[in-house]
Amino acid sequence: MEAYFDNAATTVVFPEVREFVLRLMCEDYGNPSSLHMKGVNAGSYIKKAKEIISKELKCEPKEIIFTSGGTESNNMALIGAALANRRTGNKIITTAVEHASVSSCTRFLADMGFEIVVIGTDAHGVVNKEELLQAVDEDTILVSVMYVNNEIGSVMPIEEIGKGIKEKNSSTLFHVDAIQAFGKMHIYPKRLNIDMMSVSGHKLHGPKGVGMLFVKNGTKLKPIIYGGGQQNGMRSGTENVPGIAGFGKAVEIVYKNLDRNIEWMRKLKARLSKGLLEIENVYDNSGDAPHISSFSFIGVRSEVLLHALEERGVYVSAGSACSSNKQSVSNVLTAVKMPKEQLESTLRFSFSEYNTEEQVDYTIDVIKEILPVLRRYVRKK
Amino acid sequence: MHYKAFMIKYAEIGTKGKNRYIFEDILCKNINRKLKSLGAFHIRKEQGRIFVEALSAYDYEDVVTALTKVFGIVGICPIVIEEDTAFETIRDRVIEYVDNAYDRKNFTFKVDTRRNDKTYPMTSMEVNAELGHYLLEAYDKLAVDVHEPQEIIHVEIRKVVYIYSITIPGPGGLPVGTNGKAMALLSGGIDSPVAAYMIAKRGVEIEAVYFHAPPFTSERAKQKVVDLACLVADYAGAIRLHVVNFADIQMAIYDNCPHEELTIIMKRYMVKIAEELAKKNDCQCTVTGESIGQVSSQTVYSLSVINEVSTMPVFRPCIGMDKQEIVDISEKIGTYETSIQPYEDCCTTFVAKHPVTKPILSAIEKSERKLEGMIEPMFEKAVETAETIMCRYK
Repeated sequence: MEAYFDNAATTVVFPEVREFVLRLMCEDYGNPSSLHMKGVNAGSYIKKAKEIISKELKCEPKEIIFTSGGTESNNMALIGAALANRRTGNKIITTAVEHASVSSCTRFLADMGFEIVVIGTDAHGVVNKEELLQAVDEDTILVSVMYVNNEIGSVMPIEEIGKGIKEKNSSTLFHVDAIQAFGKMHIYPKRLNIDMMSVSGHKLHGPKGVGMLFVKNGTKLKPIIYGGGQQNGMRSGTENVPGIAGFGKAVEIVYKNLDRNIEWMRKLKARLSKGLLEIENVYDNSGDAPHISSFSFIGVRSEVLLHALEERGVYVSAGSACSSNKQSVSNVLTAVKMPKEQLESTLRFSFSEYNTEEQVDYTIDVIKEILPVLRRYVRKK
Repeated sequence: MHYKAFMIKYAEIGTKGKNRYIFEDILCKNINRKLKSLGAFHIRKEQGRIFVEALSAYDYEDVVTALTKVFGIVGICPIVIEEDTAFETIRDRVIEYVDNAYDRKNFTFKVDTRRNDKTYPMTSMEVNAELGHYLLEAYDKLAVDVHEPQEIIHVEIRKVVYIYSITIPGPGGLPVGTNGKAMALLSGGIDSPVAAYMIAKRGVEIEAVYFHAPPFTSERAKQKVVDLACLVADYAGAIRLHVVNFADIQMAIYDNCPHEELTIIMKRYMVKIAEELAKKNDCQCTVTGESIGQVSSQTVYSLSVINEVSTMPVFRPCIGMDKQEIVDISEKIGTYETSIQPYEDCCTTFVAKHPVTKPILSAIEKSERKLEGMIEPMFEKAVETAETIMCRYK
C-alpha cells in the first residue's frame, strides 16, 4: 500500500487542473501583454483566477498579485514593505517559528539596519500574543506572523493579533504567511486586519511555481522584481498564465468542498493520533491545524524511521534532519523547547482529502511493527 | 577554432619496451572513447606520438578539457598541419600560427626545426634563421633568444609540416586498462573517491563497492555514492558500482559483539565482501581511502587487524596523506562538493561513543566467533543480492 502523508510539503495536482494547464500550454499560450487576440485570451485566464481567489478571500481582484510561489510572496511582503516604509519606522516584529522564507528575509533586513524583534512561542508552538503586542510601538512598520506552523500545525491567534496591532499603531502593517493555512480553513484577510497575505499554489493541489500575495488596497509596498511593469508594476515578468489559471482552478475545487474536507482530515488526524499513542513513548506534538500531525518516537532517530516507512510505501517528513556531519535541528522544535531526545525523533504526517482511513490504519500497523526493531539499534552510550 | 589537430605527448609508456604498442593502442582507444561525443576525430600513432585530427567541427575548450582527463597523456599540443612543404607556405603558416596562438606578441622565442626529409632544399639551421627573420619582421615586439627563449616554435618537416609551440599539461599516469582491475571501497566521503582516482591513474581499471544499510542509511546517501563514482569515471572510465545491502550484517554484529568493537568487525566484513566481489569480477586488488590515524578504525593497530582478513593486496594511496592534501586532490578532480553533502551514512547509530583504537586480533576474532552460523548466510546473501549500477561521467 502507498500512503502519502507529506501534503504539507506538496500535494498531487488535481486531474482537472492538470488538464486545464495542459490545454492552456497547447492552445491558449499567448502573452497577456500582446495586443492581439491570443494575448487578450491569455489575460482573461488571469482575470478569472483573480476572481475565483478574491471571492474566497472576500477581497477585490486587484488586491491579488501573482508570484512564483510562497517564498517569493513572503520576500515581496517583507522586503517590499520594509523598503517602502523605512521613513516611517525601523522596527519589524516576527516569531521564532517562521518558515525560512520569512526568517531569512528578516535576517537580511537586520543586516540592512532594521531592528528585528523575534517573539517566542508557548510549548504548543503558539506565539506569545501578549508579548508580541507589547512590542508593537510607534516605530513598528511591520509585523509578520505565520497562520499555521508548517512543522507542528500550531494555529496562531491571527484575529486577536491583527486587532491588537491596529489598536496600538494603525499604520503598522500586518503580514500573514498563510501558506499552510489557505485551503485548510476559511480566511477573510480584511476581517482579520491583514494587510498582506502569502499563499502557495502547490500546497492545495495546484501546480508548482505559482503563488500569490494579497495586498490590501492602499498598502505601501515596493516591488522587488523590476522589468516590463506587469501586474501594475508590482511584479514584472511575463505572467505564468497556465500556472495562474491552474492555481485558480485548484482554489475553486478546494473551496467547493472545504468544510467536508476539513472534517475528513481532522478525522484522519485523530485516528492516527489514537493509534500511535497506544505505543509506549510516543508523543503527539500536533497543533490545531486540521491537516498537520507531529509525533515523537522516543529512541529512534527520525530519519531512520522515515526511511523504514518509505520502504513500506509510507511517505512522511522528518521534523529535524540530521547527519553524522552536521546536526541541523529544526528551529521550530527548538522554539517549543522540546527535549533533545524528543526533538531528534520527530516525524510530521500531513494529510489531504485523498488520504484514507485504510492508509492511516496501515501506517499505524507498520509503525507498531518496525518501531520495536529500530529501537533496539540505538547508539549505545 | 583554428586548430585542426592535437599532438599528444606521453612519457612513461615509452619506457615499456616490447609492450609499448599495447600501451599506445590502449591510450588511443581511451582518447577515442573520451572524444566520441565531442565530434569526429581521427586518431593515429606516429613515431612515439599520437595525433588527434578533427574531421568535423568541435569545441576547442571541451576537447582540451577531455584530453586533460585521459591518463597516460603528459602533454597536449594544439598543432597546425600543412601538406605543402614549400618554404613560402611554411613561412606564411608560421606567421599565421603565432598570430592565432598568442594574444600578446611580446615574448622572446626561437624556432626549432626538425627535418625528416633530408632532400629538403634548406637545412634546419637555414629554416630556423629564415623563419626567425620573417617573424621579427611581422611582429615588432618579438625578440630572438636562442639560449633561454620564452617560447619555442617547433617546425617539423616530414611528408607534411607540423607547427606547434604550446603544450597543455596532461594528467600523467598510465592509460587505464594497462594494469589490471581494482575493487574500490567507496563510502561517500572525501577520501575514497580520491583513492580510486589515484589507483586509476596508474592504469588500473576500477570497479567499486558501496555498503548500503537501509533504513539506517538513506537513498540519498546511495545516490551520492553513485554521483561520486560518475565523477571519478570522468578519469577512470565507466565504473561498475556494486551496492551491497549491509543492514542485516550490521544488526547481527550490533546484537552479538561488544559495542566498542563494532566498527572494526564491520570493516573486516566489508573487506571480505569487497574481496569476494573482486574475485567474481576479475579484480586483482582492493582500494580504500584509509589514512593513518584519521579515525579510530584507521590507527595502525586497527588497520592491521582489519587487514588480517584480506588475501588480496589492499591499496591505500591516501595512507600517508594529511586530510588537507586529500581535500586538495578531491577539489582538483571535482569530487569535493559532492563528498561534503551532508547525507553521509546515517550509520552513526552503529558507531560507539568510545570505539577501540588498539584492537587486539585475538579478542576481535573471539567476538566474531559469536556470529558463527548466522553470519555466513547473511554474507552470501549480501554478495548475491548486490545491485550493479553502471556509472558513467555525465
